Amino acid sequence: MTLEIALVGLAGVLTSAAPILFGVIGETISERAGVTNLSMNGKILLCAMGGFAVALATRSILLGFLAGAAIGGLVALLLAFASITLRQSQVAVGFVLTLLCRDLSYFLGNPVMGTTGPSLSMLSIPFFQDIPVLGLLFFRQDVMTYLSFILVAAAWVFIFRTRPGLMLRGIGERPAAAYVRGANVNRLRYLYTVAGGAIAGLAGPIYSLSVKAGWKGTISGLDGIGWIVLAITIFGGWNPFRAAFGAYLFSLLQWLGLVLQPALPGVPSQVLQVAPFPLMILTLLFVNIGNAEWVERSLSRLPEPVRRRVARALRALKATPPAALGTPFTKE
Amino acid sequence: MQIELRDIRKTFGSVRANAGISLLIPPASIQGILGENGAGKSTLMKILSGFILPDSGDIIMDGSRVVIHSPADAIRRGVGMLHQDPLDFPPLKILDDFILGRRGAVFPDRRKAAREFRQLAAQFDFDLDSEAYVDTLTVGERQQLEILRLLWFGAGVLILDEPTTGISQPQKEKLFATLRKLADQGMTIIFVSHKLEDVELLCSRVAVFRQGELVGSAEPPYETKSLVRMMFSRDLAFTGRTSVPPGGPILSLRGVSLEALRLQIRDVSFEARAGEVIGLAGMEGSGQSVLLSACAGLAQPVSGRVRLGENDVTGLSYHAFMKRGVAYLPAARLEQGLVAGLSLADHFILSEGVGGIFIDRGRAQDLASDRIRTYNIKGAPSHQVESLSGGNQQRMLLALLKESLSLILLEHPTRGLDIESTLYIWSKLRERCAQGAAIVFISADLDEVLQYSDRVLVFFSGRVSPPLPAEGLSVEKLGGLIGGKGWDVLASAAVAHG
Repeated sequence: MTLEIALVGLAGVLTSAAPILFGVIGETISERAGVTNLSMNGKILLCAMGGFAVALATRSILLGFLAGAAIGGLVALLLAFASITLRQSQVAVGFVLTLLCRDLSYFLGNPVMGTTGPSLSMLSIPFFQDIPVLGLLFFRQDVMTYLSFILVAAAWVFIFRTRPGLMLRGIGERPAAAYVRGANVNRLRYLYTVAGGAIAGLAGPIYSLSVKAGWKGTISGLDGIGWIVLAITIFGGWNPFRAAFGAYLFSLLQWLGLVLQPALPGVPSQVLQVAPFPLMILTLLFVNIGNAEWVERSLSRLPEPVRRRVARALRALKATPPAALGTPFTKE
Repeated sequence: MQIELRDIRKTFGSVRANAGISLLIPPASIQGILGENGAGKSTLMKILSGFILPDSGDIIMDGSRVVIHSPADAIRRGVGMLHQDPLDFPPLKILDDFILGRRGAVFPDRRKAAREFRQLAAQFDFDLDSEAYVDTLTVGERQQLEILRLLWFGAGVLILDEPTTGISQPQKEKLFATLRKLADQGMTIIFVSHKLEDVELLCSRVAVFRQGELVGSAEPPYETKSLVRMMFSRDLAFTGRTSVPPGGPILSLRGVSLEALRLQIRDVSFEARAGEVIGLAGMEGSGQSVLLSACAGLAQPVSGRVRLGENDVTGLSYHAFMKRGVAYLPAARLEQGLVAGLSLADHFILSEGVGGIFIDRGRAQDLASDRIRTYNIKGAPSHQVESLSGGNQQRMLLALLKESLSLILLEHPTRGLDIESTLYIWSKLRERCAQGAAIVFISADLDEVLQYSDRVLVFFSGRVSPPLPAEGLSVEKLGGLIGGKGWDVLASAAVAHG
């Protein structure tokens, strides 16, 4: 019985990580192309509100999600225009957009605030749902959670195994070299920024139509998630699987905070609420330890075959940001 | 492939970069393009490789007139360019870099690509592991990777822009062997350089550029003197060692030991006297840079003493060294020596510390124009420093040096510079020596070390020779020492001496 409760809880962790995954994968694609989209935090709010409002008005959950993606893509298009065409700072424009989107969502969302609207229902997968343990964990979810699993794998395959994905990495690492090899750097950057924005935009309706169904304005509890998404993108080393690890870790820690609270009456509840954030940072720092110079230095004392193996493992873990992240491209 | 250029013209603002260049390059040949920095070589190559369009003129390839719109267009027509800094992707695996940009199905056949990569590499005897990362390669190996890639992409014409800058001697020999082999197979090769010896060694014909014009051409056997005259429209006077009688000791190291990341240097002692030039020779990373930083107070010795004149300065900071008249010019000009984004005038303001909180623009302007004239820098006070050519950046660094200096430390003072700039730089350094400064410099160019040093310290994987008088050294002997040969003789001689 307790196992079942734990499993249901863990299944909830997978559900609540879904919007974070969409955000992180969208941002990863955009940053791989060399464009930092800092509007994430406001964008998630605006897409959540917009998606909810559209779903409420049309009684169509599908249109609600499409609206979220459209708003996300549109905000990204603004950023792309400002940073690629007008060559303005991505950081400054992103900050302004995030504040603008947040306040817009509160302002425009007033009419629908507090109303109950449609929400996504669970879609059990026949046969698979009956597998012991796994069935409860993975196959009694809603459709967006299933999509989040697929999204992570698909994004990884695209970035690391396909020809366009290789070029995507190229334009973010060294646009001049990508240009010489035939890429229309700025057009591709537009494409991936908008596509990444649309994917990240889906995070909004996932909240407002599923994870935290409804729109409650400033008390929606969504403010701040966008920043976590940006942090996980960085710690995830612009790799979908590592980013997924970060997203699940974060959701798990949040859930643990809730579950452990009754068991640890001596610990102030605030500690458990805040604990996921530093714990998260510590873990991810540990994952990125191969980046540190002192590690390399202490490695040199190990015997050669061991050193080589450890160095290879660390190298595989090592994450470097796309070298051209945040810089505009000119042909000369 | 045969390439014919007809009356190519290109101007940037008021500068005529190419003023009507006509050149016929037959297939299966190695065409050298020789000229000093800013002679118009790069512009012509950028036109040929699709980076820029000419204002007028025709490019004819194998009899048909073509317009090359972009670098990707160029490679489709079979023109591949190897840039001085290879345009590859350092964080990628070699195989990914190899495939990137090649057209084909959405999922590239990596196994097939890897096989073809290995076959190509084997053909030229390149030792590259397709699973390694590009950023673990040396510049020479990255060039090899680019050459293989361009061949795989179907290049029939290969343009190389200053390919011998920054690669080692064995890699250079391998590169030349590869290029000869490719020419034998029918490839057209265009070799752009300002290094006479490379061009003379490799090319089947040479075209010489000066100020945007093709001023002459030559075929082997080459006559160095006439090539130099074509490049500079006059003979150049090579200044050798001037025998300024050395004065008192400026810098002395006693039993200095240093520890760097993967390198230890034990017990180095030498003295640099006023007016003396000391050259540090060795393969890159053999300890010269560490020792030079220790002379500047940028690296701290683990044992031993460093003295400047009469004062013991062991363990003091770079700032303290600077105050005692030490200047340090690192190899990475734009990264460490100059501030990209600031104008020439701004640099003089920074280095002179023109007093007060507010900047006296007028005075700075005068100072800048004055120095620019003295040091013959091609640029205006308002120009940004990164817009200068390499030679002019180096002159700029020299112009920034304070008036009264006792010790000048230089890392590769003339790397990547043409002969004229090199001679100019050394004539200015000589003036400093005559004023009583001592110079310690690192160079990978053995001729430069022998030509300008009074004494030489040779480095070999952390071992340091005692100061050797440059007069008693030859390129062969020095080259041997750098490669680790002849050290036993050196040791026994030192014992006999001491």
